[in-house]
Amino acid sequence: MADIAAPRRAASLAEVTPSLKKRRAAEARFKAYGIAAISVALFFLVALLSTVFYNGASAFQQTSIRLTVDLKQDVIDPQGRNTADAVMTGNVFRWGGLVDEALLSQLGIDPNDELLAADAQKLISGGARIYLRDYVAENLDQIGTKQEIWFLADGVVDAFMKGSISEETEESRRPIKDRQIAMLRQLEEAGALEKKFNTGLFTFGASSRAETAGVGAAMVGSMYMMLVVLALALPIGVAASIYLEEFAPKNRWTDLIEVNINNLAAVPSIVFGILGLAVFINFFGLPRSAALVGGLVLTLMTLPTIIIATRASLKAVPPSIREAALGVGASKMQAVFHHVLPLAMPGILTGTIIGLAQALGETAPLLMIGMVAFIADIPSGPTDPATALPVQIFMWANMAERAFVERTSAAIIVLLGFLLIMNVTAILLRKRFERRW
Amino acid sequence: MGVSTLILVVLALAAAGYIAGRMKAKAMERAGARPHSRSGFHAAHVMNWVLLPSLAVIVLIVIARPIIVDNAVRAEFPAELRQDETQSNLIAGMVSQIAGGLTLLDEGEREQVRVGLVPLRPLLAEKGVALGGADIEPFMVRAADTLNGLNSTFSGALWLLTILAAVIGGALGWLQIKPEMRARNRVETVIKGVLIAASAIAILTTVGIVFSMLSESLRFFSMVSPVNFFFGSTWDPRFAAADSTGDEGGQYGLLPLLWGTAYISIIALIIAVPIGLFSAIYMAEYASKRVRGIVKPIIEVLAGIPTIVYGFFALVTVGPIIRDAVAVPLGLGSSGSSVMTAGVVMGIMIIPFISSLSDDIINAVPQSLRDGSYGLGATKSETVRQVVLPAALPGIVGAVLLAASRAIGETMIVVLAAGVATRISLNPFQEMTTITVKIVSQLTGDTEFTSPQVLVAFALGLTLFVVTLGLNIYALHIVRKYREQYD
Repeated sequence: MADIAAPRRAASLAEVTPSLKKRRAAEARFKAYGIAAISVALFFLVALLSTVFYNGASAFQQTSIRLTVDLKQDVIDPQGRNTADAVMTGNVFRWGGLVDEALLSQLGIDPNDELLAADAQKLISGGARIYLRDYVAENLDQIGTKQEIWFLADGVVDAFMKGSISEETEESRRPIKDRQIAMLRQLEEAGALEKKFNTGLFTFGASSRAETAGVGAAMVGSMYMMLVVLALALPIGVAASIYLEEFAPKNRWTDLIEVNINNLAAVPSIVFGILGLAVFINFFGLPRSAALVGGLVLTLMTLPTIIIATRASLKAVPPSIREAALGVGASKMQAVFHHVLPLAMPGILTGTIIGLAQALGETAPLLMIGMVAFIADIPSGPTDPATALPVQIFMWANMAERAFVERTSAAIIVLLGFLLIMNVTAILLRKRFERRW
Repeated sequence: MGVSTLILVVLALAAAGYIAGRMKAKAMERAGARPHSRSGFHAAHVMNWVLLPSLAVIVLIVIARPIIVDNAVRAEFPAELRQDETQSNLIAGMVSQIAGGLTLLDEGEREQVRVGLVPLRPLLAEKGVALGGADIEPFMVRAADTLNGLNSTFSGALWLLTILAAVIGGALGWLQIKPEMRARNRVETVIKGVLIAASAIAILTTVGIVFSMLSESLRFFSMVSPVNFFFGSTWDPRFAAADSTGDEGGQYGLLPLLWGTAYISIIALIIAVPIGLFSAIYMAEYASKRVRGIVKPIIEVLAGIPTIVYGFFALVTVGPIIRDAVAVPLGLGSSGSSVMTAGVVMGIMIIPFISSLSDDIINAVPQSLRDGSYGLGATKSETVRQVVLPAALPGIVGAVLLAASRAIGETMIVVLAAGVATRISLNPFQEMTTITVKIVSQLTGDTEFTSPQVLVAFALGLTLFVVTLGLNIYALHIVRKYREQYD
């Protein structure tokens, strides 16, 4: 080491300077690329979310019109039975008549001016008569009285009130006429036109009318599916993990299972849909479109996620726990079930919730098993025809009407809301119960 | 009374068995014996003896019933009908409809139908059962009678045998309770069996996937030659009328679908690889711990968003922007759905797959390599480019392959944003279609599994499965091998 030449400080610095400048510039550029890449990724995320929220926020409000309806005894139930049954049966158009009458008298329109009356009728949702029927069936004592009732406005009126149809547009090129707009102004001044919180979005099922379409049925369908997934995937996944992690001998067979599980986690989801169609529907003859079948398919899809998470958290429990249990006379099974499993539980639950969140957002396999269905009524059990939240979004996404774009975005917001809740729960669980050994 | 009621009854019997076993074991303990196992294990042992035989009986009968009944029903068919499989399947469906209708009639009406006094169709229509299809012939009514008879016999037998098995099993288990009986070991053997069965489900799923797709694909290849499928360049399945058997025409060339899939995936990777890789490098090498702790989870949010949301984003936002800003001014296309739209959005979707995996892999490169490079006077970016990245390269390739397999198998984005036209073209602003889109369009709706138009979906699914499986196995192999290298 002694014979190293004395450093030529000044000369070396002078030589290096030009290339050093270049190298520093390259360094700065490289770092800028990194920042740019992250910014682009974040920009995409913001663009995605803001599109959805921008389009969807307005769907949480819905225009309603207040009418004073004369619930005439002789129209509703001429025999005077006044039972729910009598109200629900009979000509459904008699309700439409009552609504129209109330609307025309509110606007001061002569019922004989048929053209004007027809324009006025288009302001109220076509679902109003069913709404009125159901309202009366629940409030039988109001028959024969006058009642102020809020009705949903038509989808076009709603779009106009939210500003997606401009008054500036030429009359012939917009779906709402000048005199209809005048009527709306008249209602507004009378305080009979208001935007209210859209509860229908959460209670209605599929509908061809935008104003009476909601995600209620789809949410119930998704809920049944999640229950099936939870009831099957959690116990099966935990049992499989316990065997693989605690009992399985290291041999070819268990290696095969292991490789298999890792690969199943990466199989395209649509393949699980094909499996469900071929096995559950064609072979076992389970009903098409049922939440049960959807749940089974999603269970198979979620199992690898749960198994991988469970094995990781079982592995994290230190061997000393097992040895202590064995040392005081527990069998291997008792050591696992009484000591290791409870300690691994937070990790298992976190993995399960994340798996469930994945399953909740999955669409493609459900298309295969016939869940693309027009479900207007809320399914009453897991074997009823049902649809799911993401599938409802898919069906609405194909509708061109502005009102449905709004509803699609709103449904996405609802879906993202559920996913957010699940993921936050998972994170909190992990934070609260995570244990470092 | 269905099978679910029966299972509830069996569970109740099992609970009773548990209590009986526990009482006997407790009595034994009180009598001063020192049993090998605690009373809970004896009780669980009796419960197993109730459950296992009775559940076995249920499974056996439930599986055997449709096969036996179907054979008996078809034995009533005329010989020439039995030769023709499609036709006899139709008739079998009809017979089960008639059988369902017959149960609604009372005994007198049924007798009249049997001797042919009253025509069946109007009688059933009166009860609200509409019979479709062919004319009703006497042999169908006979077959329906057989069906109903056998079904009721089987239901009776199911209940009787199951409860018998439960009671006898429980009694045998109960009699076995003795101080020296090793109940704990026996119960634990059963639990272990259950655990093994649970882990076998993973294998069964794969077997199910392969088997179901293989058998239907083979049926497809018996109608369409594999050469035409794998090397054909025209996709034109020509949906035939519902009643035809469907061997007329239709071309099933895989190449246009493969091209569309590959093109979209390549565009997605061109977007995602630089963004993902540079983000990963920045987060692993430059970012402070705090920035990393914030940015990494936010980018991973992209992976948690359901693909249907990306599809919607492509449809309403990205598609129109690309169409109006690029495709129309350049005169390259006029459609909002295009390879470019789907590719860009899919690229956004797979950014987190690449960035997270690469981040892990870059972090796994030992610090000593970096220190050596710094010691030689290299700058940070020189170290990253010339030392860290070459060392991490195999792992990063693995990550990219995993992302590619994700892109190939992705469905909802392409269904909503790639279009349905099949073509092989280099212009990325035209509509093209992918394997997954065609699987969806061939399988959605009411389907009969006899025509090549439907069966082709299974051949497509099998192709997709094999391609992604190959990519996954190779990628996981690389990633794992690499991880072990520095451990």
